[in-house]
Amino acid sequence: MARYNETEFLICLAASLMEDGATAFIGTGIPMLAAALAKKTHAPNLVAVFEFGGTGASLERLPLAVGESRTFHKAVAASGICDIMETAQRGFIEYGFLGAAQIDMYGNLNTTIIGPYWPPKVRLPGSGGANDVGSHCWKNIIIVRQHDTRRFVPKVDFLTTPGYLTGPGAREKAGLPPNTGPYRVVTSLALLDFEPESKRMRLIGLNPNVTVEQVKQNTGFELLVADHLITNPEPTDEQLRILREEVDPDHYYI
Amino acid sequence: MNILESGIGELFQPPDPDGFREWVHKHKNTRMVSKVMSEQEAIARLVKDGDYIGTELYGTVRGPMSLIRELVRQGKKHLRVAGQGIHEIDLLLAADMVDALDITYIGWEVYGISHILRRAVESGRVKTTEWSNAAISWRFKAAAMGVPFIPVRSMLGTDTLKYSAAKVVEDPWTGKPICLLPALYLDVGFIHVHQADEFGNCRIEGISGFAFELARASKTLIVSTEEIVPTEEIRRYPERTILPYYLVDAVVLAKYGSHPGEMCYRYWRDEEHLLQFYKDSADPEKTRAYLDKWVYGCKNHDDYIEKVGIERLKQLEKMIGGR
Repeated sequence: MARYNETEFLICLAASLMEDGATAFIGTGIPMLAAALAKKTHAPNLVAVFEFGGTGASLERLPLAVGESRTFHKAVAASGICDIMETAQRGFIEYGFLGAAQIDMYGNLNTTIIGPYWPPKVRLPGSGGANDVGSHCWKNIIIVRQHDTRRFVPKVDFLTTPGYLTGPGAREKAGLPPNTGPYRVVTSLALLDFEPESKRMRLIGLNPNVTVEQVKQNTGFELLVADHLITNPEPTDEQLRILREEVDPDHYYI
Repeated sequence: MNILESGIGELFQPPDPDGFREWVHKHKNTRMVSKVMSEQEAIARLVKDGDYIGTELYGTVRGPMSLIRELVRQGKKHLRVAGQGIHEIDLLLAADMVDALDITYIGWEVYGISHILRRAVESGRVKTTEWSNAAISWRFKAAAMGVPFIPVRSMLGTDTLKYSAAKVVEDPWTGKPICLLPALYLDVGFIHVHQADEFGNCRIEGISGFAFELARASKTLIVSTEEIVPTEEIRRYPERTILPYYLVDAVVLAKYGSHPGEMCYRYWRDEEHLLQFYKDSADPEKTRAYLDKWVYGCKNHDDYIEKVGIERLKQLEKMIGGR
């Protein structure tokens, strides 16, 4: 039996991308667990920011929603959504964490609809704060649990949240703040970044027991591959213990 | 001003700052008078069919759930709604009271997407126009400022903008593209607070979400409160008044008014109730049965609370985190 499940692996990988002392927009799901784990391990001074008003929560207990009590438990400030989003728009928030139903090679994300806009085949929740996080944070980390061709598509049905749009310079041309955009993509198969010149998605790390061919086969667009690939580290026993016993003891996610 | 792009989404509530000023001048009472009334009276007197309404925060956190249940009970029709919500918007959609949604997020976070939203929108019954969470909040902010629009750097370059009713213009100073959001003035706003006095001076504990902006963007504001406190208490800590009395048209006492959602520092969310609702909402008949039991089947909020049971509510009080 495996020592850990896929969700646990993703949480640990996402946590490893969080720097001590950085500011990070934390959304529902894996980012919350990753932030809590990072704070309990290598990044105790990570400043978790929640869109409805919490800044710097302790994350001793796992929030279930982006506005609830635990998002500002022992925080330094409890304000409101305009203040938080304006803070991001001013350039204060380093990292944003995003999920998506579909993603393309430029890191554009869809969380709005599948099919035509009206009437849609599947109505998804909509942008929520995702478009704002994707517009204003310096570096966005995208977490896609299932890496397959249904999610990694040549063209998203609806571009909810901006990645690099149509390629180099497109964000700036559209009026988005310069030098922002997608930074990493964490998936069930791999770790990916965006090649600096073309802004196209690039494979940089493989999860254990995954091959390059497997990642390519499960990606619906032509994937760039870095010259030197790393193998993403497996969770340590200590990370798993903290995750299971302290971060999510009620097993909401893991 | 050079318009570079216009969203093709329908503008369900066009901004009218002069009309709003007139309304404020004529209808907002500058005197401190008691506004305490029942939820039945507040909804019956202050909400009309066809109104554009908004709720704050959302239906698992400090949502004005007792007011929404009464709105459903009274069956107001053809509402247009600012959709940044969960349980409260699901109830309005399930009761088929909504014609149009300015949508940003309607979903169940940890549990998944809203079955009720899917049925309402995929069937073509409810029209949608897209926004982001910040965009809706900033549209309220523009209305609160009394201006017709506000420039922001969200939504640019995306389909969220294309299917919104925003415009992209050339910034007259820098020449760069900037998004203009139309101010969103509400016919009726609904907010649930921790404490209010009889005149409507309100306090919120914990995060304030978008209460500040929504309250100031509303022609009519109905507030429900966990507790009514003496005005002397309000006057002792005026810095804690997030909504002053003159914004408020009705004060409804509703202890546990946010149930099954949480009320920060007072009671935790009723996970069993929410999860059961979410599961039932996958099936239209079970959704109807939920409404029959928990909304139509209760005379008023007191009746609802009795049905939930005081023992359960005391448990939820014990489960909420302290400071």
